[in-house]
Amino acid sequence: MDWTLIFSRAIESGIGSEAVIYALAAIGLNVHFGYTGLLNFGQAAFLAVGGYSIAVTVATFGLPFFLGVAIGIALAVVLALLLGIPTLRLRADYLAIVTIAAAEIVRLVVRAVALEGTFGGTDGLQGFSDSFYAMNPYPDGQYNVGSIIGFDHRTMWVLTVGWILVALSCFVIYLLMKSPWGRVLKAIREDEDAVRSLGKNVFSYKMQSLVLGGVIGALAGFIFALSRSAVQPDLYSTDLTFYAYTVLILGGAARILGPVVGAAIFWALLILISTFLEEAVNAGVINVITVTQVGPIRLMLVGFGLMLLLIFRPQGIFGDKREIALDAR
Amino acid sequence: MHADEAVQPQAIGPRKAQATAVFAELASEPGVPKPDPILVVNNVVRRFGGLTAVNVEHVEIQRGSITALIGPNGAGKTTFFNQLTGFDTADAGEWTFNGRPMKGVSAHKVARQGMVRTFQLTKALSKLTVLENMRLGAQGQRGENFLRALVAGLWRGQEKEITERAEDLLRRFKLDAKSADFAGSLSGGQRKLLEMARALMVEPELVMLDEPMAGVNPALTQSLLGHVKDLREQGMTVLFVEHDMDMVRDISDWVIVMAQGSVIAEGPPDSIMSDPRVVDAYLGAHHDAPLSAEEEEQQLAEAEAALEAEAQGVADPADAARPAPASVAEGTSRKEPGDD
Ligand SMILES: Nc1ncnc2c1ncn2[C@@H]1O[C@H](COP(=O)(O)OP(=O)(O)OP(=O)(O)O)[C@@H](O)[C@H]1O
Ligand SMILES: [Mg+2]
Repeated sequence: MDWTLIFSRAIESGIGSEAVIYALAAIGLNVHFGYTGLLNFGQAAFLAVGGYSIAVTVATFGLPFFLGVAIGIALAVVLALLLGIPTLRLRADYLAIVTIAAAEIVRLVVRAVALEGTFGGTDGLQGFSDSFYAMNPYPDGQYNVGSIIGFDHRTMWVLTVGWILVALSCFVIYLLMKSPWGRVLKAIREDEDAVRSLGKNVFSYKMQSLVLGGVIGALAGFIFALSRSAVQPDLYSTDLTFYAYTVLILGGAARILGPVVGAAIFWALLILISTFLEEAVNAGVINVITVTQVGPIRLMLVGFGLMLLLIFRPQGIFGDKREIALDAR
Repeated sequence: MHADEAVQPQAIGPRKAQATAVFAELASEPGVPKPDPILVVNNVVRRFGGLTAVNVEHVEIQRGSITALIGPNGAGKTTFFNQLTGFDTADAGEWTFNGRPMKGVSAHKVARQGMVRTFQLTKALSKLTVLENMRLGAQGQRGENFLRALVAGLWRGQEKEITERAEDLLRRFKLDAKSADFAGSLSGGQRKLLEMARALMVEPELVMLDEPMAGVNPALTQSLLGHVKDLREQGMTVLFVEHDMDMVRDISDWVIVMAQGSVIAEGPPDSIMSDPRVVDAYLGAHHDAPLSAEEEEQQLAEAEAALEAEAQGVADPADAARPAPASVAEGTSRKEPGDD
């Protein structure tokens, strides 16, 4: 068994593009759910809006890359408004239902046969990332970080941009959450009637939260599309949202760095387990399963790990145990 | 106890005298017009299916006074508060605050206009600290705007002022030692105090308190009563719901009595409980009610007689099944587990 391979793959995933994408998606969800208490189960839709905006703008219409970025952000705002206007005055569960449906609608629209000319149907779109990689300052080649991990120049560029976006998002959230604006959000999470009784326009704050988290979700969508140089509708299914929630809860909701650490650990562990199992099966150490069964089994183990986490550390890695204790009162 | 004396508010002041003088001339009739009403309510109706929870024809709240709203459980007091403060939508009626029509105005705008309420079931913001709870109440905060929030320099000065005001109020409400704790870690009574203090952070003209003293210990109640009186001296108007008649008698200038959704009587606190309509509403409907001294004695005697009879084994089963009046049940006739 090649232990170096197991660990290098795990670490690469922990800082790789998946970790970046899920960190951004979960930072957005953290604004919604962690700070404001909004149950958004349609984060995948915001990623899809981001990814497809670049893809369609560049690949379908041949317009500039940065126009695609601007359109992506604008459409994320529009989507948040569309989701929020009918639901944010209602009870929390309505938003959950509407967002989960909206995410499916977005996915089904972009994979529709009738719109294949625009969105590329089930195959999605490719060939829109050239101008992004044209900006790549890294010369061609393999870059080793430390002794056991390394990325090619394209991945290095995606990761550089990605982690800068993660850092910027975290910084903005940090500034906001220690401000009175963030205080109103956290108060809404606790009891929105109390906040109303103190003269705050709860609807407006929830909307701002939905827009902010949605735009950060669209950033995740940009990186998702660019890292693969492709968009495919079925990658934006509800699974993506649930993994993002997993990442958020693992790291600790309502913590600035919770989603980031959660994403890194989630992906490192997932790849550690699957690479270990594959290696063990190949080396004959484990012979009750085959390599094709590794995929499902690693998910079972992740589920098991999450159960342990919720039992022994429900506040997540970064959470505050005292806060969880309050819920029991 | 110097510190206590320092914060003990000035209870009897010119406003008290003013209020007393105003109310002395008023008739004890439901809906009686007041000389300077801050809140005027007309024909407010709220139905839940077949139940008419609130049906208030006319009521006025005198500016600068402390008005108590009393009534048996389920009389519609909380529902009435909900209509007035925009937390519920009245089926009919209209009301004005400072002359401005308020029907259909949303809850946060009602609060911004200076009409702030607290809740019967306390709404402490558990995962915020006590101090953060207080700060939230301040109005016109620059840092509550999304863009300005990003630049701490724009709101830090104001935040400091707010914090000072909050700490001052917390001291008066004896919560200063708790200011860094999560509100969720407070006891029930402390939460009531926090909620009241937080409402005052809004700097309202009219405070509407829904059972502010329920669960607060008697010693603290006394100092809070002083504080409420102090609000009147500062020119605020207070409307509060309370079941404890001693407290009502102590601080209110005027009492409004609701029963089954309507205002059935109004009057000064000393005489209101002897109004036959009020006695009817409380005792006729078999509600647990605060009793006058004579009634209490009489019921106590009855209960004792019943107990004696029970002890002798000749108790009428119907009598035994009837619940004892609350005041008695608390004192003399607490049942043993095996009694029934
Ligand atoms: N949301 C609701 N749906 C149905 N009925 C309601 C609702 N809210 C209140 N009621 C009914 O309206 C009546 C008045 O209730 P309310 O809470 O206003 O009483 P209250 O005077 O505040 O009583 P208490 O002194 O016990 O607090 C009650 O009979 C209650 O059952
Ligand atoms: Mg009530």
